[in-house]
Amino acid sequence: MRALEPWVEAPLAGFLAESDARLTLLMTSSGQVIAQHGFTRSLDVMAAAALGAGILAATSELARVMGLPPLDAVAHQGKLLGIYLAAFTTPRGRWLGLVVYGRETSLGLVQLFFERLVEELGRAAPAELPARQVLAEDFEPELNRSLGALFGR
Amino acid sequence: MSFSALLGELTRIHGVRGALVVSREDGIVVAEALMEGIDGRAVAALAASLSGRVAGLTRTLGQPEPVFWQLQASDGMLLGASGEEGLLLVLVAAAEVNAGELRLQLLRAAERAA
Repeated sequence: MRALEPWVEAPLAGFLAESDARLTLLMTSSGQVIAQHGFTRSLDVMAAAALGAGILAATSELARVMGLPPLDAVAHQGKLLGIYLAAFTTPRGRWLGLVVYGRETSLGLVQLFFERLVEELGRAAPAELPARQVLAEDFEPELNRSLGALFGR
Repeated sequence: MSFSALLGELTRIHGVRGALVVSREDGIVVAEALMEGIDGRAVAALAASLSGRVAGLTRTLGQPEPVFWQLQASDGMLLGASGEEGLLLVLVAAAEVNAGELRLQLLRAAERAA
């Protein structure tokens, strides 16, 4: 597990231990990856971050078109792997979480401990930084900067 | 019989704090009847995990999967019975309740839930 911000490490370590998740990615809605576990290549993180954000954006837009409240979480279940994707609010702004899990755990456990992770991140977050506007053109540069830090480049 | 009727019968037993129908594979609540203060989603996730691990243990021992398990704690107990179609029936009960009666009722309910 690697995290850009040290205060994220303990809550994330707890989540990983309890949920048995195989891969986890925490990122801001502007594409800055805050922490990752299980990814070995920055290319994989870049693709997962972009696709995860895209899926949540697409489902939220679908909900809007149908006149429903925004959807904050999406679960995809396969035969061997499942994906849980959720947006949540932290004192540092809106973040996204992407969790890939196998048959050694379950969607229920991942959801349960993800909610606890969100609560613990809320408690652990240092004083809020001044909010800044999230721009679409910031997504890729932010992502590349954070990948460099997360993979030691 | 509907799940709500089934759970209603189980929760009328003295000492039962809640009953749930849970998807065994996902650990997700299918139906629930719980006393206030019991987190159904947590019970479902942990009970399904426990059920899966007990089944893994019996498979390792070369035995068939258990149809019933009971977890006794100092302040209460958790009981689970496997139903059809990957469902698990779970009871949350007080420690002083008659476990034998609960076991019987839970197994009967699991058969009816099929």
